[in-house]
Amino acid sequence: MLTRSSEVIVIGGGVNGLAAATRLAREGARVTLLETAAQTGGAMAARGAAGDMPLAHLTPGLDPRVAKGMALETRGLRFHAPLRDTALDLGGDHRTVAGGLASGADAAAWATLHQRLMRFASVLAPFRAMAPPRLKGGGNDWGALMRHGLGLRAIGAREFRELLRMVLINAADVAEDELNDPLLQGLMAHDATQGAWLGPRSPNSLILYLNRLAMGAQMRLPVGGMGSVAKAMTEAATAAGVTIRLGARVAQIETLEGRVTGVVLDDGARLLADHVVSAISPKATFLDLIGPRGLETGLLRATRDIRARGATARLTLRLNAAPNFRGADLQSRMVIAPSVNAVEEAWNPVKYGEVPKRPVMEIVIPTATEPELAPDGGHVLSALVQCAPHDPAKPKAAKTAMLKATMRVLEDYAPGLGEMVSATHFLMPWEIEAEYGLSNWHHAELSVEQMLFNRPNHATAQYATPIAGLWLGSAGSHPGGGITGAAGWNAAGAIIRGKAV
Amino acid sequence: MTGLKRATQLLTTPFHARTSAANLQGRWGPWAGYRAALCFGDVDMEYTAIRNAASVYDLCPMVKYRFTGPDAEAYLDHLTVRNVAKLKPGSVHYTLWCDDEGKVLDDGTLLRHGPQEFLLSCQERHLPWMLDAATGYDVTIADVTTEIAALSLQGPTSAAVLRLAGWDVSDLRPFRMLKVDFGGAELTISRTGFTGDLGYELWTSADHALPLWDHLMAAGALHGIRPIGTDALNLARLDAGFLIANVDFIPADQALRHDRARSPFEIGLDWLIDWTKGHFNGRRALVAERAAGSEWAMVGLDIEGNVSAEGSILYLGKKKEVGYITSAAWSPSAKRSIALAQIRRPYHESADIWVEIYAQRELQYAKLMLKADQTARPFYEPARRRTTPPQAF
Ligand SMILES: Cc1cc2nc3c(=O)[nH]c(=O)nc-3n(C[C@H](O)[C@H](O)[C@H](O)COP(=O)(O)OP(=O)(O)OC[C@H]3O[C@@H](n4cnc5c(N)ncnc54)[C@H](O)[C@@H]3O)c2cc1C
Repeated sequence: MLTRSSEVIVIGGGVNGLAAATRLAREGARVTLLETAAQTGGAMAARGAAGDMPLAHLTPGLDPRVAKGMALETRGLRFHAPLRDTALDLGGDHRTVAGGLASGADAAAWATLHQRLMRFASVLAPFRAMAPPRLKGGGNDWGALMRHGLGLRAIGAREFRELLRMVLINAADVAEDELNDPLLQGLMAHDATQGAWLGPRSPNSLILYLNRLAMGAQMRLPVGGMGSVAKAMTEAATAAGVTIRLGARVAQIETLEGRVTGVVLDDGARLLADHVVSAISPKATFLDLIGPRGLETGLLRATRDIRARGATARLTLRLNAAPNFRGADLQSRMVIAPSVNAVEEAWNPVKYGEVPKRPVMEIVIPTATEPELAPDGGHVLSALVQCAPHDPAKPKAAKTAMLKATMRVLEDYAPGLGEMVSATHFLMPWEIEAEYGLSNWHHAELSVEQMLFNRPNHATAQYATPIAGLWLGSAGSHPGGGITGAAGWNAAGAIIRGKAV
Repeated sequence: MTGLKRATQLLTTPFHARTSAANLQGRWGPWAGYRAALCFGDVDMEYTAIRNAASVYDLCPMVKYRFTGPDAEAYLDHLTVRNVAKLKPGSVHYTLWCDDEGKVLDDGTLLRHGPQEFLLSCQERHLPWMLDAATGYDVTIADVTTEIAALSLQGPTSAAVLRLAGWDVSDLRPFRMLKVDFGGAELTISRTGFTGDLGYELWTSADHALPLWDHLMAAGALHGIRPIGTDALNLARLDAGFLIANVDFIPADQALRHDRARSPFEIGLDWLIDWTKGHFNGRRALVAERAAGSEWAMVGLDIEGNVSAEGSILYLGKKKEVGYITSAAWSPSAKRSIALAQIRRPYHESADIWVEIYAQRELQYAKLMLKADQTARPFYEPARRRTTPPQAF
C-alpha cells in the first residue's frame, strides 16, 4: 500500500516518469525521480548540440488528466493551433486535411470515413485511461466485456459489427476501400504505421490508426518547442514535492525475498525505496536492472519476447532560408507518402534489414510557426523518417544510405533544399536507442498482440509486476507511447489503489 | 503410404539387443521416444524378482541432463526447490522444479558428481526451459540422454549381485554414489531406485551397455536376477508411493486446462522446498500458496476389497465428488488394494471417502462403492531399503 511515508523512486524523467512522479507526490508519497540525462523530458528534450530538436516534435495533446492534474496551463504551457496536415504531391497538387475535412475530389469520402473511424476511436478512448482488464483463469464472459467495454450501446449494434469487422484488418484495405485519392490513402497509410513495426498491408494496422485518433486527430506544436512541455511538467513535479536527480543512472534494482528494496546507481550509490516505478523500457527494466538471476524463468522469457524494434529515423536540418515544398503550407504537418504502396514499398526492405529507396516521412518546420525558435535566423526542418532498418548488417553504410535516400526524396519535393542546409543531424534507430534509451517509439512495439492485457506482456500488464513494489510506467505499458503521459498517470493510479502489492 | 514412409520408428536403447532377445511376448510400449519393454513374459515373476531376488530395468529412456560450470550449483538452486548447496559431491537427492506460478514442471533425481558437475534424470524433456533459466549463470547444460546407459538393479539380492560382479557396495548408504572402473569406462553406482527396496542404479557410457548387461546377468545367475518391464516396476513404485509425471500429475507446461497444473503442496512434495535458501523459480507463488492454502491434496488410500481402483472417482459420503484416483493396484507386498489419489481440500481430512469402481467381470461391469481409508505412504517399505551394510540374501 502507498502511504504518506512511502519512499518512491521513479526511474526515468520522460513524459511518463514526470506524470507518475507528480501524481504520486500529490498523494503524499516521498518521491525521488532519477534521470540519467542532464535534463528531464526524455524524448521531449534535445540531447545533442544546442538548437537540435528533441526526438518528438509534435504532440497529439497531453492526456487531459495529466494536463489538469499537473496544472500545465497555469504553468504557462501553451500550444499553437492544431496543425493542418498536408499530403505532399510531387507536382504541387497537395491535399490538406484539417478538422476531419480534406481537400480534393475525395473530400466527401474522407469526411465519411473520418467520422466513422472517430466514432470507433471514441469508444476505444476510455480504455486508454484505465488499467487493462485482467486475464485470470477462465470464465470471463468476453462477449459481455466487449459489449460493455466498447460501449456498444453508444454506437449501436450495426456500428459495433462494423467495428468488429474492421478492428483487426489492415489500414491499406480500409484506405483503398473507402478512398480513391492516392495522396489521402498514402496519408492514412503513413499515419497508421508511423512509429510502428509494420506496413500498411500488415494485419492489424488499422487499430494503430484508431489509437492515434483516440489520442487526438490533430497534432500540436507547443509554444517554445517540445522542451516547453518538459519544462512545465518538471515544474509541476517539483512543486508537488518530487525530488529530481539528474545525471543519476540507475544500474540495478535491488530486491529481497521477491520485494523491491531500492536501487543502485551506476556510481554505486544505494537508494532505498518501498516502491520503484520504472518509467523506462520494460525490457531494460527486467533484463538489465533486475537481471536474469532475479527473474523467474517464465517472466524472463516473456520479457525477452517483448518486441521493441524501431523503424523511425530522426532528421533535423538547419536551413539558411525557408524551403519551398512546391507551395505547401510550411506551418502544416507535411507528409510525404504519395500512396499506400509508397508506404508499403518503403516498409518492405526493412523486414530484411535493408534501407528503402524512397522513405516516407513526416515533416515539421517549427520555425515557420515560431521564428524565434531559430537562434540565428533561418529555419529548422524536423522530420521523422519512416522505415529505417533496426538492426542492419552494416550500420554505418545503412545510415549513409538512409540519409542519402531521405535527402533525395526531400530534394524531389522541395527543389533546392539541399543547397540551404547548414547543419544536418541524423539518428538511426539504434543510435536513438543508445542516446535516449528508446528502441521503439513506444518502448515496446504497439501492436495488437502487445496491447491491453498483453502490454508489455501478460505478467506485467496492470503496471504491477511479479516483484512486489516494482511497477512499470513507461510508454511500454498500456496505452503506449506518444507525448501524452497516459501510461505514467495510469501507473501511479494503480499504485495508489494499492493493487497487487 | 508416403505418410508411413516418413514416419519414424521409436528409438531403441543401447540394451536393445539383450532386451529384445529376452522379450518373449514382444510387449513394448513407447516411453519418451524409446521402445520400452512393458513385460518380458510374466509380470508376477518380474514383480517377485524386485521383492525377493534381483531385477534389472532399462532406464535409458529417462531424460538426462548434465550441468557443469562454476555456477552450476547456484543455477540449480535457482531452478529447483530443494537446497542444492547442501547436496555433497557423491550424493543424490530427489527434487522437483516449478514454473513461475509454483506449479510442478517435473521431478527427478539429481546426482552431484563434483563441485561443478551434476546429472539430472527426469521423465520429461525440459531443455528450452533449462537453457532460458540459465541466462546470467555460468553453466553449461547438455542433454546426455543418448550418451548414458543406465540400468536399475533392484531387489534384496542386488548388493550380493554387485559383490559377485566385483564391486563391493556394502558401505554405500542410500543416496550415495560410488565410482568404479568397468572395462576402461567409468561406472557410477548410486544407491537409488524407484522400487522402495534395496537397490542400485548403474550409469555408464552407452558403448558399455551390453557388456554391463551380460556381466550383471552372469553375476546374478544364482541370485534370481531377471529383466523386468514397466508393468512390474509400476507396481513396485506404487508400493513405494512414488509419483510419475503424466500419471499422478501433469507437468505444468503440458497442461492444456488451466486448472490441471499442481503445486508441490498439492502433490505432497512441499517437504522438498527449502524456504531459506533464497530465490528459486516459483517461490513467490509458493509463499502465497503456503499462506492462502492449496486446492488439492495427494493422499494414499487403502481400499476395501481386492479390485484395483484405477481411473476411479472419489466421493464424500458416497455422494459428493471430491477427487480421483491417479494410480491404483492390488499390491502383492502390502496385501492391500492401494491407490494414490487427488482429493480436493479440505476433504482430504475426511474419514468418509468412497471410491466408485466399475469392475469388469467376464465382460460385464459391476458398480462397486468401496470405502477408501487414508493410509501412510510408502504403502510397503522393507527395512532393507535403508540398512547399511545390506543384509546378505
Ligand atoms: C524518433 C522518435 C520520434 C518520436 N516523435 C514523437 C512525436 O513527434 N510525438 C509523439 O507524441 N511521440 C513521439 N515519439 C514517441 C514518444 O517520444 C515516446 O512514446 C515517449 O517519449 C515515451 O515517453 P516515456 O516517458 O515513456 O519515455 P522516454 O521519453 O523515453 O523517457 C525515459 C527517460 O528515462 C531515462 N532513463 C533511461 N534509462 C535510465 C536509467 N537506467 N536511469 C535513469 N534514467 C533513465 C531516459 O534518459 C529518458 O529521459 C517519438 C519516438 C521516437 C523514437
